Amino acid sequence: MKTLRFVLCFSALSAFSSCTHVKPWERGHLADYLMIPGRDPLTDSISEHVWFTREAFAGGRGVGGGGCGCN
Amino acid sequence: MNRRYFIQRTAALCSAAFAATSTSLLAAGWKEGAHLPDLGSFGLEGTLPKLAGKVVYLDFWASWCAPCKASFPVINRWHQELASRGFVVLGVNVDDDAAAMQTFLKKNTVQFPVVRDAAHKLVAAADVSTMPSSFMIDRQGVIRHAHSGFHAKDEAKLLAQINALLG
Repeated sequence: MKTLRFVLCFSALSAFSSCTHVKPWERGHLADYLMIPGRDPLTDSISEHVWFTREAFAGGRGVGGGGCGCN
Repeated sequence: MNRRYFIQRTAALCSAAFAATSTSLLAAGWKEGAHLPDLGSFGLEGTLPKLAGKVVYLDFWASWCAPCKASFPVINRWHQELASRGFVVLGVNVDDDAAAMQTFLKKNTVQFPVVRDAAHKLVAAADVSTMPSSFMIDRQGVIRHAHSGFHAKDEAKLLAQINALLG
């Protein structure tokens, strides 16, 4: 019962504190050039190769743009 | 206190927390039909143009916002063509860094007045949902139209709204 109470209280407190909403006017850092995952084709190619050889990963990187959420 | 009661109470607490968060998402910003507040009370950096009796296009923008940049040639044209009829554009920059705004203004032609909302008080009051966001205010100071984002295809519609307000 004590463990359950602790877990539930922790979950309740987390609901108050863990998430925040970034306002549209606060997205300057998210929109920064460095936040674009595909800004360097050579790095992308190398990363794809490493992921493919290690994890049989391929594709799935089709989302473009930064994180500003503009329009 | 039995276990079921405790779980119900905790679930209610979690629901209340979620509701409080959701309510903040729906915080009221500027609505169509409301009066534009006194911009002089928001600590804006820069000189505010005279807005009384004018049709105002108030545009929130940032240097990192690509659609904002795309909108400026159109807004410049409106500013040039419609100023004689009592049309005023006011750009409100929301950059954290003043240098970023200045660099942007040097690289891009911006012919209308620009002020900077460094403390984000004005944009928070407007509670815009995206960048850029703009508001059209009539000669009586009433917010008549609110727009989120900017698309070139919207230009004709926006211009029609401005012309209707200019009369």
